[in-house]
Amino acid sequence: MAEEPDFDVIVIGAGVAGTVAAYQLASKGHSVVLIERGEAPGSKNLSGGILYTHSIKTVFPDFLETAPYERKIDKNRIVFTNPGSWVGVDYQDARLAQLGSAVSVLRAKLDAWLAEQAEGAGAMVMPGVRVDSLIKEGEQITGVVAGEDELRARVVIAADGVNSFIARDAGLRTKPRHEQQAVGVKAVIKLDPAVIEDRFNVDSEHGVAYALVGDCSLGVGGGGFLYTNKDTLSVGLVLRLDDLEKKKLRTVDIFDHYLEYPLVDSLVKGGELVEYGCHLVNEGGEAMMGQLVFPGLVIVGDAAGLTLNTGLTVRGMDLAIGSAIAASSAVSAALEKGDTSAAGLSGYTANLASSFVGQDMHTYNKAPAFLESAVGMYGDYGQLLADVLHGAFSLDGTPRQHMSKVARQALKKSPVKLMQLAKDGLKGLKAL
Amino acid sequence: MKLAPVAQRLGGNRFILDEEEPHIVVNQELAKSTGTAERIIAACPAQVYSLGADGNVAVEYAACLECGTCFELADPGALSWHYPRGGFGVQFREG
Ligand SMILES: Cc1cc2nc3c(=O)[nH]c(=O)nc-3n(C[C@H](O)[C@H](O)[C@H](O)COP(=O)(O)OP(=O)(O)OC[C@H]3O[C@@H](n4cnc5c(N)ncnc54)[C@H](O)[C@@H]3O)c2cc1C
Ligand code: SF4
Repeated sequence: MAEEPDFDVIVIGAGVAGTVAAYQLASKGHSVVLIERGEAPGSKNLSGGILYTHSIKTVFPDFLETAPYERKIDKNRIVFTNPGSWVGVDYQDARLAQLGSAVSVLRAKLDAWLAEQAEGAGAMVMPGVRVDSLIKEGEQITGVVAGEDELRARVVIAADGVNSFIARDAGLRTKPRHEQQAVGVKAVIKLDPAVIEDRFNVDSEHGVAYALVGDCSLGVGGGGFLYTNKDTLSVGLVLRLDDLEKKKLRTVDIFDHYLEYPLVDSLVKGGELVEYGCHLVNEGGEAMMGQLVFPGLVIVGDAAGLTLNTGLTVRGMDLAIGSAIAASSAVSAALEKGDTSAAGLSGYTANLASSFVGQDMHTYNKAPAFLESAVGMYGDYGQLLADVLHGAFSLDGTPRQHMSKVARQALKKSPVKLMQLAKDGLKGLKAL
Repeated sequence: MKLAPVAQRLGGNRFILDEEEPHIVVNQELAKSTGTAERIIAACPAQVYSLGADGNVAVEYAACLECGTCFELADPGALSWHYPRGGFGVQFREG
């Protein structure tokens, strides 16, 4: 190396992946700088807001006692929305409440706390600095350029999020296809905690997660979410870019339609908008991951394509944390051995593959194709469900018919074909 | 819930405007000829883009929420877009 490095490790991006990687490596005694382009860690970050806590609890065992999260989520509601009707599944489980396996979070608060933990462990946190490019000496990545400044390190960790410009601009990752990306739009709506507890039938510690699909997104592939926080609601939509483009709809019109959708309207009414944001989401699953280890560089979190949309849950934060854990132990080992070549860092690939991250990415590798092809999910299936239930509940004095006949008639009226339903059902069971 | 128009909706957000260096520049010719103009006008959740009276795409870069959707949907060369300089742009207080 031409110049003596300034740090053992440079981490680019103080999201959940970057802060956890910085914390782990600093805790092991390595010199670490965590660079963040936002004014403060968390200020550029947005998620829907359900953190599945299993991976963060391995880093901070007392996470639930000390970290700033909003509510423990023990009620899940899945709703198929149609114009004028909706059909939902309501799932509540005392086991979830006890485990604290899912909590709602707001990233400006969570990421700031995580960065503090990294700083407490000895990492240097450098906010308000945008990394512009990587420094390469021969094959080896040896540092970063930020404006006029250059910083050098033995290893660089790209934790720069979904757009992954650091790796893309260096020619290490390709531009994703539109069907591999979705735009998430979100409103944070302030509501009195007493109203939240009353309206959602929860106590002051617990909360609800809604997943909505169908007419609420005007049929565009993706869906809506609504999560309860302490004194706000996180209300948003995720729209796949290929379908958004194909349907020629305006994002803002879809979002307005979503907030005015009767069910959503009834849940947010009386609230006050306090923040409006948007952010991309990876939708490509395992196929998007690609190569994650290069000489002197590893890629973690969203920047590595690690997000899973299983239809019922959007997961990215727990995977980002899992990848940070896998990467930091490999980076630490490489630093100790004094070999930060691609071979020296290859422990990351192995750690990741054997961790829940690699395994879950693999298990759900057919989910993206399924969610793309099962267009009935975004409209016709919900209508079919409502028509069957309508047959059962619309007692108007006309003679009743058996459920099987009602279902057959509803199916006949619907554009959904029985074969298609059976095929999607089977494919869905295999993919999800 | 009926939300206020987007411009007002953004009123609750915190922005630090970089007046020296706009982070978005549209190549008007290419944007029009490739269909990029219509695509980004429709897709941007912050309505940063609009069709000006002169037929060009007007850019209100100060309102950008930095998602990158426009950049992903643009044809090569039609849009120059990058993150604002460090410390500038939208600063979420909730996220
Ligand atoms: C609408 C929406 C809903 C979602 N819902 C959920 C959910 O309910 N549950 C869940 O688990 N996941 C969810 N996700 C996904 C989740 O938000 C991401 O997977 C997660 O944020 C990834 O973390 P990360 O640390 O990899 O990236 P990020 O959190 O994006 O962090 C990247 C960081 O890098 C910084 N950065 C980028 N470039 C530079 C640069 N050049 N120089 C310096 N700093 C830079 C950024 O400012 C940022 O702080 C959702 C995402 C969206 C958009
Ligand atoms: S990055 Fe997002 S918010 Fe900014 S102009 Fe592009 S689409 Fe609009």
